[in-house]
Amino acid sequence: MIANLIDGLLWNISLVVFAVGVSWKMLSIIFAKRPVDLSVARASSIPGAIKTVFTRFKPAAGMASRIQMKIVAGYMFHLGLFALMFFAAPHVRFLDNEFLGFSWTAMPHSAFIISAQFAFLGLLMLWLYRVLDPVSKLISTTGDHVASILTFVVMLTGCLALLESFSELRLLHRFSVELFLIYFPFSSLMHTFTFIPSRAFTGAWFGRRGISS
Amino acid sequence: MSERLERGLNKLRAQIDSKVQSYFSSCVHCGICAESCLFYTETQDPRYTPIYKTKPLHTLWQQEYTFWGKLSKSLGFSKSLTEQDFADWEPLVYDGCSMCGRCSMVCPVGVDIAYIIQKVKEGLAAAEYSPDDLVQATKRAVEIGSPMGVKLPALQAQIRHVEEETGMKVPIDVVGADYLALLSSMEIMNFPEYIAALVRIFKQAGVSWTLCSEAFEATNSGLQIGNSKIAGQLVQRVVDGAVKLKVKNVISPECGHAYSAIRWGGPNFIGKAYPFKVVHILELLDELQQTGRLKTSGLEKGRITFHDPCQIVRRGGVEAQPVRLLKSISENYVEMTEHGHMNWCCGGGGGVSTIERAEDLRIQVFKRKKSQLDELNVETIVTACANCRLVMEEGLEHYDMDIPIIGMTEIIAEHLVEN
Repeated sequence: MIANLIDGLLWNISLVVFAVGVSWKMLSIIFAKRPVDLSVARASSIPGAIKTVFTRFKPAAGMASRIQMKIVAGYMFHLGLFALMFFAAPHVRFLDNEFLGFSWTAMPHSAFIISAQFAFLGLLMLWLYRVLDPVSKLISTTGDHVASILTFVVMLTGCLALLESFSELRLLHRFSVELFLIYFPFSSLMHTFTFIPSRAFTGAWFGRRGISS
Repeated sequence: MSERLERGLNKLRAQIDSKVQSYFSSCVHCGICAESCLFYTETQDPRYTPIYKTKPLHTLWQQEYTFWGKLSKSLGFSKSLTEQDFADWEPLVYDGCSMCGRCSMVCPVGVDIAYIIQKVKEGLAAAEYSPDDLVQATKRAVEIGSPMGVKLPALQAQIRHVEEETGMKVPIDVVGADYLALLSSMEIMNFPEYIAALVRIFKQAGVSWTLCSEAFEATNSGLQIGNSKIAGQLVQRVVDGAVKLKVKNVISPECGHAYSAIRWGGPNFIGKAYPFKVVHILELLDELQQTGRLKTSGLEKGRITFHDPCQIVRRGGVEAQPVRLLKSISENYVEMTEHGHMNWCCGGGGGVSTIERAEDLRIQVFKRKKSQLDELNVETIVTACANCRLVMEEGLEHYDMDIPIIGMTEIIAEHLVEN
């Protein structure tokens, strides 16, 4: 019965909450009041907006040495998690069967292990920053910690479920994903999507002033 | 709830727009912005982390725009903003932020933190939680026309001195001139050599220009304190003066925030586009040089560098022009390791230099500029902001550094080919 609930109703609810929540949040940002800038632009804002969406993947000039470990941890976590989400064999099969109807080559088991190690180590380092670094400690919210813990649990149960030897472990993983999806639109996890308008807004602002950002 | 708190909260509420919502939704509190802020790097006090300075607005947004925020407020788990919060954030925002915007260049999710801090200032100012020095400066700007209390007779006296020194006429209230030059009070009182330089350069380049007796002040205390209404009032004076004299262009002087106010913020403060164009003096000098109207001769021999004023370069987009100008008159131009739009602030922008109680902090954070200059070992510093110049002169004096600072317009005038 619990298995049916996790694989059925709860899964559907979490998907709906995720999809509606994310869409609502994005639309509320895009359609919120945005005053028109009456100053004469020096250049078009559009190239600046597009450019900044991509340039902010790289640390700003002169900053790399100051934030070295944060960059390394951030990249390890995000790249590792991306690889796990979209190239782990069970996920490729799952996406094919449940949503897309097509698949792509999954990564080999050894690459999975490396990706998982990257993601875990990165997340752990970022979380240690949150609790130990005076700046991160001061500015972090309860929501940031909940998001870190949820992500960690999803990754951990995913690794436990990898061998697919126990159905319960797969169910545990899916249940944690469901919690993650439900929490997602109401948390800082939304940065997965909102970083695009944020960078674009800033890039457009700088772009119309003729500044490279 | 007190009336001033209510005013402050309503003002903060009105600041939440599409960008603010996007920025707060994106911030993951990584703290990278701290490393870009001289108030943090030089004090190691985490409270000076740029994003932390936006907390009053973040709290309000969280409680009124997010699910968990609304829930925890209704259940009594989170507290509403109080007057104490306003009081606590006042020194962080006014004394501990020069609005340099360096943090906005480094945020990985693209948050323009300086944009949000300006909005927090609006809330604090509405609740009357602003430093008294800034309040008084703003009052003088509104009542007298200048934050330093400079009146027309003082300008006229300086004009007489300049005319005696240069033997040239300083045009004032000339109807139909091409350019209306604005000045900052600091230039009038501390650096009148800027006016002399303008006279000589414009004479050589054949520029038709004028000053306006009713609108000579370019600075904008309304922007610094965070009061858009007053900022608009001060901009409107310039607009009225420019319209009355039927000028085609207005020249922003060597003052960072004045450029920001008149060039970028101005039309938004008054709610309409200008019937004239605004150029920064550096843009005009560069254009005159590029078109062959401004001719210089001779080169500065010693090592020379340019301090990029944040509001002109990083937030204003006038970046290439000062470099071209300085290279044209020097053979030993050197750049600071982090320069241009990534340059470090002098520490006195955004009104910080007006706040007396912030002096120790300003001197402390000047160590960042000091270390940049120590690396370079220069003989002359050139800048294009009277406020940066004064703040750096104080800093250099405090740290026993004997390096002269000169304004760009002034040094260009020193190299003019005499007609």
